[in-house]
Amino acid sequence: MRNEDRYVSVENAGMSFDIGKSGKKGKFIALRDINLHIHQGEFVTLIGHSGCGKSTLLNLIAGLTMPTAGVLICAGREIPGPGPERAVVFQNHSLLPWLTCFENVYLAVERVFSKTELKVELKARTQRVLELVGLAHAMHKYPGEVSGGMKQRVGIARALAMEPKVLLMDEPFGALDALTRARLQDELMTICAATHATVVMVTHDVDEAVLLSDRIVMMTNGPEATIGEILSVDLPRPRARLSLAHDPKYMDYRSAVIEFLYAKQQHPLAA
Amino acid sequence: MTAITVNDLPETEDSDIRETAPAAKRHITQSEVAELPTTASAPSSATESAAALRAFFGAILPPIFGLFLLISVWHLATLGGGSIPSPAKTWKAATVLFADPFYSNGPNDQGIGWNILSSLQRVAIGFGFAALVGIPAGFLLGRFTLLASIVNPLISLLRPVSPLAWLPIGLLVFKRADPAATWTIFICSIWPMIMNTAQGVQRVPQDYLNVARVLNLSEWKIVTKILFPSVLPYMLTGIRLSIGTAWLVIVAAEMLTGGVGIGFWVWDEWNNLKVEHIIIAIFVIGIVGLLLEQMLILLAKRLHTEG
Repeated sequence: MRNEDRYVSVENAGMSFDIGKSGKKGKFIALRDINLHIHQGEFVTLIGHSGCGKSTLLNLIAGLTMPTAGVLICAGREIPGPGPERAVVFQNHSLLPWLTCFENVYLAVERVFSKTELKVELKARTQRVLELVGLAHAMHKYPGEVSGGMKQRVGIARALAMEPKVLLMDEPFGALDALTRARLQDELMTICAATHATVVMVTHDVDEAVLLSDRIVMMTNGPEATIGEILSVDLPRPRARLSLAHDPKYMDYRSAVIEFLYAKQQHPLAA
Repeated sequence: MTAITVNDLPETEDSDIRETAPAAKRHITQSEVAELPTTASAPSSATESAAALRAFFGAILPPIFGLFLLISVWHLATLGGGSIPSPAKTWKAATVLFADPFYSNGPNDQGIGWNILSSLQRVAIGFGFAALVGIPAGFLLGRFTLLASIVNPLISLLRPVSPLAWLPIGLLVFKRADPAATWTIFICSIWPMIMNTAQGVQRVPQDYLNVARVLNLSEWKIVTKILFPSVLPYMLTGIRLSIGTAWLVIVAAEMLTGGVGIGFWVWDEWNNLKVEHIIIAIFVIGIVGLLLEQMLILLAKRLHTEG
């Protein structure tokens, strides 16, 4: 297999937490036997019911937590910990409230490129990426002064600005209203087409998964969650939300995911 | 002019109804309303300013009443004479005292202004050194758990000790009274500063630290861009507590060390048996303490809205 086919490689990864109180010993197994290979330039979503460990898997790829079993490899090297080559867009945007939108992005740009570029270039780079997410007009405002959608865009801009090998997104649009979410999804597709980014995104939204993904990784319910099925979404790009809504293939993919989530893996609370 | 009147009419009518409420008033005819004075907007602005006035008096009257109550009780208590001077006598002494607060007849006889200023100076120096040492120490303790587990027991042991117990050590080391008083201020200010800063560092949101980890920020950037701004509110709480304690302690320390200062002045006036001056000093110490605290609250608010 060529290296690009296994750009990010998760091999037999497992994650367990010690929950043993003094005296008793116990382990909570969140994830087991995860095997996943992601190509360069691929858009993969992780979908599953809450508590299925999809964010845990994302954090493993990010290096924010280390696996208790197996290995994770990115671009031919074992993932040693978090780093700017695997940028994360956090669920709650995690912007620093005392820095302006521009400064939030600049912090990342400075970290990655200050060794090779002049300050002017760093500033131009920051400005460019903020323009890319459509925030040129608000970049000198503080996060507290802009809407939730705009904050999330800054978060995406911050991640994109690092020119990461892999873009990791943890339910990035989960907290947004439906209209803003749709617009940001469209923008994300445009950006990914332009930058050929490799993306792993956690979501619980079936339509979002089908619309954006090349492959949808469907996870079984926790504890001891693992990958249930992987669905390849073979829809031509660029994808248009409106025409897809009536596309029979789109409908098939959509029902396949719903079938998995609600028939094969009932919600733990509903079961 | 007429256009303005017509536009304002419905509003006037409404506010009239809301004010007086009887149903009969609703049948005011247009002609009756039109006969109202042309300054139709006046009533609504009058009610607005009345509300503002009410709010103002609501905030200001109870404290004034409290002060009045205190002075009344004090007055009644001193009616039968005795060693405690009456409010009137104290007031008279205060007017004399504050007529010339900045006179100086040698080191042992200076105006009350000089005494307050030299106390404030000692507090500022002791407090400044405490901040210089305490805030970085707090950062270290908050960031490195091992260091915290070494030092925290020592802090727990030393913190309950009255800072005045450290005065002899200060006298011994510095050989002079003045730096010894400053030293006690340093000791009493440093604990809240260390502890609040350390607590603030420990409570930095995990989200921000995750950002730092993903960006792989240097320790210096973590401190300046993430830790310091999120710890700032905790630090200000520490500073506020410190300055409160420092102002309490300086009076006692100066009573022991002498020199120029409000604490020494109180003791001096006791020796001179000028009890009304002691009462004035109590008020002055209270007012200065209150001002210091309010200043820091104001500063905290400013920083909070900016962040």
